[in-house]
Parts: sequence; C-alpha cells; structure tokens
Amino acid sequence: MAAKSSILTQSGTVRRAIVVGGGLGGLMTVIKLCEAGIPVDILSLVPVKRSHSACAQGGINASVNIKGEGDSPETHFFETVKGGDFLANQPPAKGMAYAAPGIVFMLDRMGVPFNRTPEGNLDFRRFGGTLFHRTAFAGATTGQQLLYALDEQVRRWETIDVEDDKGVTIPGEKMVRKFEYWDLASLVIDDEGVCRGVIGQDLKNGELRVFRGDAVCLATGGPGMVFGRSTNSVINTGSAAAIAYRQGATYANGEFIQVHPTAIPGTDKLRLISESVRGEGGRVWVPKDRNDKRPGAQIPEGERYYFLEERYPKYKNLVPRDIASREIFRTVVHEGFSAEGQRAAFLDVTHLCKTPSGKAAVRKKLEGVLEIYEKFAGQDPYDNPMKIFPAVHYSMGGLWCDFEKAEDGTLKAQSARNQATSIPGLYASGEVDYQYHGANRLGANSLLSCIYGGMVTGPAMAAWREGAAKSAFDYGSALFDKALAKAKAEHEAFASRTGSEFDVNPYQLHDELGDMMLNKVTVERHNAELDEVLGKIAEMKQRFKRAAALDRASGTMNQPVVFLRHLQGMLDLAHIITKGAREREECRGAHYKPVYDPELHPNDPKAVGRDDQNWLKTTLATYTPEGPALSYEPVDVSLLKLAVRDYGKVKKPAEAPKADANAR
Amino acid sequence: MATDTVTLKIKRGEAKGASTWEEFKVPRKPMMNVISCLMEVQKRPVTTDNKSTTPVNWDCSCLEEVCGACTMVINGRARQACSALVHELSPNGEAITLEPMTKFPRVRDLVVDRQRMFDSLVKTKAWINVDGSHQLGAGPRVSQEDQEVMYPLSRCMTCGCCVESCPNYNERSDFMGPQVISLARMYNMHPSGKMQAGARLDAIMGEGGISDCGKAQNCVQVCPKGIPLTESISVMGRETFKRALFGWLLKG
Ligand SMILES: Cc1cc2nc3c(=O)[nH]c(=O)nc-3n(C[C@H](O)[C@H](O)[C@H](O)COP(=O)(O)OP(=O)(O)OC[C@H]3O[C@@H](n4cnc5c(N)ncnc54)[C@H](O)[C@@H]3O)c2cc1C
Repeated sequence: MAAKSSILTQSGTVRRAIVVGGGLGGLMTVIKLCEAGIPVDILSLVPVKRSHSACAQGGINASVNIKGEGDSPETHFFETVKGGDFLANQPPAKGMAYAAPGIVFMLDRMGVPFNRTPEGNLDFRRFGGTLFHRTAFAGATTGQQLLYALDEQVRRWETIDVEDDKGVTIPGEKMVRKFEYWDLASLVIDDEGVCRGVIGQDLKNGELRVFRGDAVCLATGGPGMVFGRSTNSVINTGSAAAIAYRQGATYANGEFIQVHPTAIPGTDKLRLISESVRGEGGRVWVPKDRNDKRPGAQIPEGERYYFLEERYPKYKNLVPRDIASREIFRTVVHEGFSAEGQRAAFLDVTHLCKTPSGKAAVRKKLEGVLEIYEKFAGQDPYDNPMKIFPAVHYSMGGLWCDFEKAEDGTLKAQSARNQATSIPGLYASGEVDYQYHGANRLGANSLLSCIYGGMVTGPAMAAWREGAAKSAFDYGSALFDKALAKAKAEHEAFASRTGSEFDVNPYQLHDELGDMMLNKVTVERHNAELDEVLGKIAEMKQRFKRAAALDRASGTMNQPVVFLRHLQGMLDLAHIITKGAREREECRGAHYKPVYDPELHPNDPKAVGRDDQNWLKTTLATYTPEGPALSYEPVDVSLLKLAVRDYGKVKKPAEAPKADANAR
Repeated sequence: MATDTVTLKIKRGEAKGASTWEEFKVPRKPMMNVISCLMEVQKRPVTTDNKSTTPVNWDCSCLEEVCGACTMVINGRARQACSALVHELSPNGEAITLEPMTKFPRVRDLVVDRQRMFDSLVKTKAWINVDGSHQLGAGPRVSQEDQEVMYPLSRCMTCGCCVESCPNYNERSDFMGPQVISLARMYNMHPSGKMQAGARLDAIMGEGGISDCGKAQNCVQVCPKGIPLTESISVMGRETFKRALFGWLLKG
C-alpha cells in the first residue's frame, strides 16, 4: 500500500478490513487478518455466536488416520472430488484436504471438547461417501463447539490493542470491532469497479452508515431460505450474496443445491437428523408392505426393507447425500412405500440401544441430534425409529472465486487471487463461496471448507491490501457519500411502501416462492416444470414491486422493512438456481434430471447421466435487469483423472419387495 | 379439547416507553411451536379484535435450540420459542403469553440486547490463549472422563434463561451470572486453559463475581441444555476459596 502508515491515516483513523458474517468462514478470516496485523470490523445480522454454523451436528473431516485404516489426505482429496462428481476445481479441493489435519489440531488446541479415544486422542467417526473414519466430532453439536472456539478467539482479539507500524499502541482502538445486528445494505464500489467498503444498516434503529475497508470479505453463509423451509437457520436468506451479484459479482454453480436425505418434516423448519446417525450405525428402511401403517417399533425385522443396504452393499447407508436423497425420494414418492402411512422413511438407531451400555454409547455420540428429534417430533428415538424425509440443506454454488495453483497442486500461499470474487477487493469465504464441493458436498466437509476458506481468505486479503495502489481510507468522502445516499434512497423506497397499491404481504410471497422451489427445483428436475417456475419467478418479481412495508416505524427496529431487501435477494437467487438447472442438460451430483438417467432409460442414447463432453463446466451467472445471464468456464481437472462415480450399486430387479406378512 | 386456533397475548413496545398487549389468533397445526405462530402473525398482522397492526419483532436463527436467539418469556418462564410447542403450552386452547426477557434492555417487542452476557465473557477471559492459528501439531491429550465433563459445559448458548431466573442478576448488580462461572470452570479444566486458571479465578473473585451468587438455584432448573450450573458454581467456589487462602503463595 502506498500510504505512509498501513495502519493509520494522517488524521488518525485506523485502516480496517471488513468481514461481513461471523460464522466459521468469517471468524477464521478475522483471526487470520488479525494475525497479519490488520484491524477488522465485523458486521453480522445476529451476534456472531448465534450464527448458523452453530447448527452443524455431525463433525469435521480430516484424514488423520487415527484408526490405522490407511486413510490419507490424498484419499480425502480424491473422495471429495468424486463425491462432487468432478465439478470442483481440483487445486482448492486438494489444498483443503491436505490442510484438514492441521485445522482439526488447531481447533483442538483452541479447546474444542472433541470426543476422545481411550488414549486421549481425537476420536473419529464415519460419514457418507467414504469407508474411512475421518470425521472428528464433539458429541453431535460439533458446529456449535467449533463456532464457540473461534468466537472466543475473536473475542480475545476484541481486547487486543491496535498497534501502529512502529508498534505503538493506539489508544481506544481494538483489533476487532463487532457490529452485531447489522445488515449488509450495499457494497461501495468505485469507478474502477473496486470494492472500497460497505454500507451497513443497524437493525436496532435502522441507521445506515459507511464502513470503509481495505479489502472486504463476505462470509454470509448459504441461501436455504430461498426454499422456504430447509435445514438452515432462518437468517440464511443469501441476501448479501444477492447484493454482491446485483452489484456485479459473478455467481457460480447456483443450480447445485444439496438435499439432505434425513430431516424431520415440519411446518416452520425441516430439522436435520445428521448423517452421523448413520455413521454410528443408524439404518434407513421402510416397511416391505406398502400399506403397513404400524409404528416402526412394532414392525418385525423380517418385514423391513433396508433399501440403501440392499442397493449399495458396500457403502450401505453412507452413500453420498445426493444418492441417498434420490433413493429415499424414489422409494417413497415413486414406489409408494411409507413410514406409518406418511410420506417418509424410517431412520433407526433402536437396534443399537437394546442394552443399557449400547444406549449409553449412542447417547454419548449422538445426544445432541437425538434430543432434537425428541423435542420437536415428540418421540423418543432411542426406542422408536425416527420418521425422516429429504430436505434442502446446503448450496454448493455461491459467489465465484478465483484461486492460484501452486506447484504442488494446492493453493499458492498468500496469493491475493485466492478466494477473490470477480469484484476486485471483494472476497468470499464459507458457504457463500462455490469453491470446494463441485456438484455435491460430502458430509463434514463444509465446516472444513469454511475454516480452510477463512485461512486462505485472510492472507489473500492481506496481500491484496498490501498491493493496492491506494487505501480506501485515502479517498475523499464523495464515493462513500454517494453510496450512502443511494442506500438511504433504496431503504426509503421500501419503507414508504405503505399505500393501498402495496397489497402484497411479503411473507406470503416468500411462502409461495419457497413452496414452489421446494416442490420443483430440488431432488428431481423436469424441464417443463423448470420453465413454469421461471415464468412464476418473473411474475413474482412483478408482484414484489407491490410488496408492502408492513411497519411504518422508523428510528427503531423494523424487521418487516428489512425483510423486503432479503426477499428481493431471494427472488434473484431463485432465478439463478432455476435458470442454471434449466440449462444444464445432464445428471451431475445434486443436479438430477430423470430424462438423462441411463438407469431409467437404458435404451435412450441421450440418457448419458453425467455428460463430461458437454457439461464439465462451471456455470457463471451475472446480473442483468431481465434476469441472470449465463456463461460457462472450464473446470480445473489438472490433478485427478475423471472417473465414473461409482458407489457399487447392484443392479436390482425392477420389482420392489413383496410383503412377507399379510397386508394390514 | 383443543380448538382450531392458537391465541397469543404478546407484550409489545419500543426501547423506551410503555408496553402494550396485543392478542392474536392464528390457525392451529400439528406440532406447531411458538415461532410458527409468530410467522403466521407476519403473514396476517391483524389482532383478535380485527385491528390491523404491525408484525411482531422477535429474534430467531437456528430454530433447533442451539443458537439461543429466540429466548423470551413464555407463559412466565424464559425459554426458547422454537422448542416451545403449542400442544404442550396450550393443550386446551389456553392463551399463550409472550414477553421479552426482563433482565436486558428491550430493543423492540420481544427483542432484547444481551450484550452484557457477552461482555462478561471478556471479563473472565473465556478463551484458550493459543499461540496462533498456524500449525503447531496435535493438541494436548484429554481423557474421556474430562471430555465428558467439559462437553456439557461447552453447550452454553448464552441464551440468558439462567440470568433471567436469577434474583441476583439485575440492573442494580454487576453479577456476571452462573453461565460465565461455569464456562470458566471448563477453561480451567482444559490442559492448556489451566495455564491461565489464576487469571480467570481472579476475575470470578472480583466485582460481580461468584460471591454475588445467592444460591437460589433457579438457574440449573431453567437451563435448556441441562448444564450443571450449580455444580460448576460450587466447584469454582472451592477453587476461589483455595486461591483466596493460598493465592499469595502461588503468585510468589
Ligand atoms: C442442520 C445443519 C447441520 C450441519 N452439519 C454439518 C456438519 O456436521 N458438518 C459440516 O461440515 N457441515 C455441516 N453443515 C453445513 C455447515 O454448518 C454450514 O455450511 C456452515 O456452517 C456455513 O458457515 P458459514 O461461516 O459459511 O456461514 P454461517 O455460519 O451461516 O454464518 C453466516 C454469517 O453471516 C451473517 N450474515 C448473513 N447474511 C448477512 C447480511 N445480509 N448482513 C450481515 N451479516 C450477514 C450471519 O449473521 C452469520 O454471522 C450443516 C448445516 C446444517 C443446516
């Protein structure tokens, strides 16, 4: 940076970087920035300790090979890429797999109470898409414990004074300032297209203000709320990513939405029952008799159809999520099986709980998840098979990011290109990026990619800041005043939607959007339906113009008006997701069009499944007022050979099992 | 018998000024929780007496009782709204009352500012003093036995149920509350956290510390995560006692 002091302006303002979002991705970025000596402002919708990362249950992957099974980072890398159906750029995935053991050790040093082996080492369990014990865990609330560990480290940085270039303490200035209950209103982008800061809005009183930043990171998580109900926290609207997209950032692979196989059906939220339940021996089944409505516990062993185990004898219940979700969907929706007569399958741990010691062991490892079932479904899962159905869970797609490959095939350390979005000076880390998981994410790889993303983003932002010709803090105020005025005008336009012409309730509109996306753009996708959805989205965008500000209050918290901003973003993201899905004519990972499934259409030459010849490419969406413009770029497949994504499915007779028992 | 609607009585208001009560009726559905009732109010913000009003402001995030955000006083008791199930609160159609927590400044309606709880975590240095996030090899070994004590303590969501129920936690006192003491116990057990155990004990022995606990034992009864708060207080009580007696020796 050209300025005299990299820390202070002439008038004594501290030159800070900005991180929007304080989940794992954001907090790790903050820690790395602080360690590089760069003071940070964090903005977050909620106190960072309440971020969505707290929800993660099952664990975090690292090939430490504690069990002596011969696992290695190279295998982890391969399985990540294979799990993602070869759509992930390979250098970032390799960097992540190789960094994983160090990341888990760091978390352990930060005091995460991971479960232990008798010798006091970290314990590891199995997760989907691998045959190795690779997942470290803290009970079944691992995300909460990891989030708290990083939150604590950042809180410590909140107490540490900023020092200038000579090591002199600057009175009253701490390395981290937190702005909690703040919403991103817009980015500040200069005439050269460089991001110089953000406009934030204080949710407690509606105030909009400028934050200048020498490098900005969005670590704002996923967009689950686009689907109305999902396993996500309700704050996961994707609004920040949508704002960046509107302001010119490229959004990549939006159509790749992970549907998790096992969630509790519900009216406000589809609560997850973690894959770790299957990792610890949980089994998925339906009654063999399609008319059997008895409670799961009353159905004898011989009358149960363990369809995943039968179809995938090697991986059994731990096939990757896209596959498990499709199998459950197919079995329940198309083949007509059910659990207690409902649109669901059973997920069962009761066989592990027959003895007191077995039950205690399950409790130690899974209590956090099983208590969710107990509390929210009102049934004891230690004695009753749980009823589950697939639910939207995770977005592989997100803001497009760059990377720089090193000679060893991983990421080049300290490169300013890593995790850089298409807007210079703007970075992304965590679920909001698209970088690591290709077409489908393996379980327990997200906590890892969030933290690894943060570890890479911090140094990348430091490098960018170092190399920038001018600091955001050395600009006159005109650029920022203009951005602030625009954000105020936008807010005002929302807040003043109070006349009778604003006859649309935004929450109802969101419900409608969510239901439609959930029904038509998840497990199975059909072009005719996608066309219909695209039409409806256009129509909903029109109706959004009539969406009312349900609350006129100003100078105080006003959630309904802020929601309009988020709903606008969700409509944009729904458009990106659906258009990406409509255009991609193949089956790859989570993106599945039955017409291209060779299993369903063995004699159709067009049904090729994954189509590497035409579709081994990343979808890029850019904003236009009419909707997303799509283009494509090649995937970096320089490290691993393309392979068939095979999990040993046995060819089954098309006929599903007949009931042994009489129909009831 | 249950009716086909749920009645909510909600205490509303701004940061300053008086509160008002509004009553809503929303359609009843199976396995409904308080959050889904509030979501219905958003979709149709009309009171029972047919007055159109504003949607209620409330805090929430995870909806599965791990983030702590949606804590409010429900039928007189502080708890998370997400795990407050309608059929349990109102088996026969009784009205459900919702109020903001009283120990924190109100932001609006059911939203309060719990910053004070986070500030207490600073006072007790509720973290491990790691040398950095760079690679330093595996962490210290921990026995299964110790992990089984620490893990439940680590599940504190800073939700505020314990301090809401604590007679000694209020505007007039500096008491930091049981949750902070319990977390300090956890860090003091950790093999490297132990190295700063003294500093944490000093904080707990200082103003607003453990001596402000009146042993009402309400906290442990309301903690949604079943954290053994009173056990932590007595463990830390012994530790601070030892430090008070022998601390000058240790300080050297
Ligand atoms: C139920 C569940 C269980 C899971 N279990 C696992 C697991 O076992 N293993 C695994 O690897 N992964 C798991 N995942 C996935 C994983 O938890 C998430 O992908 C990950 O936590 C995302 O972290 P993040 O840092 O990107 O974002 P988040 O944790 O979502 O944080 C986003 C942050 O951004 C802030 N923010 C968002 N929007 C704005 C805005 N507009 N303005 C200002 N601030 C904003 C929020 O306040 C928050 O601080 C699970 C996910 C779910 C839903």
